Amino acid sequence: MLEVKNISVGYNGSPVVRNISFTLEKGKIITLLGANGSGKTTILKALNLSLPLIEGEILLEGRLLQSFTRREIARKITVVAQETETKFPVTVLEFVLAGRFAHGSAFGWETQQDLQIARECIKLCDLEGYEERLMNRLSGGERQRAVLARALATQAKILLLDEPTNNLDLSHQALTFRLVKNRCQKCDSAAIVITHDLNLASEFADEIILLSGGTVLTKGTPHEVLTQENLQKVFNVRVLLDENPISRNLRITAIY
Amino acid sequence: MLETVGQKSRFFQPRRTLALLIVLLVFCLMASVFFGSENLNFADLSNLERTILFDVRLPRIFLGACVGASLALAGAALQSLLRNPLADPYLLGVSSGAALGTMLAFVFFTNFEFPRPILAFIGASAATFTVYQMAKSKAGMNVERLALSGVIVTTLLSSIIILFTSLLDATKLRSFTFWLLGDLSQGTKNGFYLVFISAILGGVVLFSQAKALNLMMIGERDALDFGVEVEKVRLIVFVASAFLVGVSVSSSGSVGYVGLIIPHLIRLSVGSDNRLVLPFSAIAGATFIVFADTIARTIIAPRELPVGAITALIGAPMFIYLLKRS
Repeated sequence: MLEVKNISVGYNGSPVVRNISFTLEKGKIITLLGANGSGKTTILKALNLSLPLIEGEILLEGRLLQSFTRREIARKITVVAQETETKFPVTVLEFVLAGRFAHGSAFGWETQQDLQIARECIKLCDLEGYEERLMNRLSGGERQRAVLARALATQAKILLLDEPTNNLDLSHQALTFRLVKNRCQKCDSAAIVITHDLNLASEFADEIILLSGGTVLTKGTPHEVLTQENLQKVFNVRVLLDENPISRNLRITAIY
Repeated sequence: MLETVGQKSRFFQPRRTLALLIVLLVFCLMASVFFGSENLNFADLSNLERTILFDVRLPRIFLGACVGASLALAGAALQSLLRNPLADPYLLGVSSGAALGTMLAFVFFTNFEFPRPILAFIGASAATFTVYQMAKSKAGMNVERLALSGVIVTTLLSSIIILFTSLLDATKLRSFTFWLLGDLSQGTKNGFYLVFISAILGGVVLFSQAKALNLMMIGERDALDFGVEVEKVRLIVFVASAFLVGVSVSSSGSVGYVGLIIPHLIRLSVGSDNRLVLPFSAIAGATFIVFADTIARTIIAPRELPVGAITALIGAPMFIYLLKRS
């Protein structure tokens, strides 16, 4: 679906991340892990050309990403950014409907279908009954779920999620990852997720890319990447690795 | 479709608000025809009264309505674009840029009317881009930075305007000072036609960007992610706003607070959807200026106050109240 070939990205022409390559396939979830400032968000911004590439190329469905218009990109790649705060009184429904912008005409009103999709996504994100509530009156966690609902409303096949579980309680963290996993498996979608939660990454990721100082330190399955040595190198913290007795995936406990 | 979004909320009553706004506008227009420094006998108009009504009063009223609509439209669009409910053509220095442009036309092309709106538009555009560039930083744009940039540009432009006023003789100086504060008394029929056409054109252009502005209002990054061509929308809105403000200021001076207070009140009533906020603000802005100018014409008749003084007297306390409330 998305092929990233040797990209370097940064600000004002000076790269923050260098030589990043990976391929995102249908149904897969890739997680970007790394310390603060390692360039995770910068990579995510480049994947829908919010930030221009300095070097390298990105292919979407075999075509150069630059050859798509902004609206075409928005229909195919969607973003769950870290929650946004608005100074204007915007309702949850209006906010989620923004996800339909690239589908309709750039002018005029949303269709009944847009409204139906928006309402479904609101329901999926456990915000039913919040449609008329104002965004700036919601809690951080509720706003974050509205941000996810807006991204789902685009019906894009590629989801880019930047710390989607920030501010979320345990049940909504699980809900978010289950939703993303479900969408990837049932709707021919794929996702790239930035998270600081190593256990969530271990549970849900098909591939992990571990970043350090703007380059890829290593990548592979959770078992291959989440080793004591790698985690010590990147986070400078010793960890205890064992197996989650239920899911059989790796369980990571930091030793303070 | 007018009430599809947000129909359950007490904040959102678009149809009722629209009806109320139209009734208010019609009422204000009618009242402003009846009131003036000269009491007209409408049952039997003399020739002089006919001239006063058709050549002086009506053009002035309609000019006021178009200026109000233009300023409110520009204010609403700039607020959404800059994600700042405090943005206003007057406070951002856009009006001062237009005033300086008009002033230059006034000094260098005294006998020609047509360079005024053109230079006013250029001045407004230059001020808009300057304030935007000053307010922008690596960390984005915050309310304080934008307000401060507006203040700096406004004071700089005001001092240049004052330097130029020293070139004017005493009679011109008085009328120019009035004009600077926002004055409709020097409006002409040609001025009205020009502002009318610009309000329609500018309004249509801004309305075409309303859906994109709904996303820009949340954040530029969000807008980009969801398919808005941010650079293009920004350019269109800046140029259209500068055009609306430039043409308005060239014929009526810098009338303050319309672009600030009107969209704010409209949002309180119908929410933030620019497809409602823009047209509703235009109607409310027209009503506000017609109302304020009727007071300006009659309160100390036969003398007059500049309409900008009245809008500021009403607008400033109302704004403080709204600011405290929000």
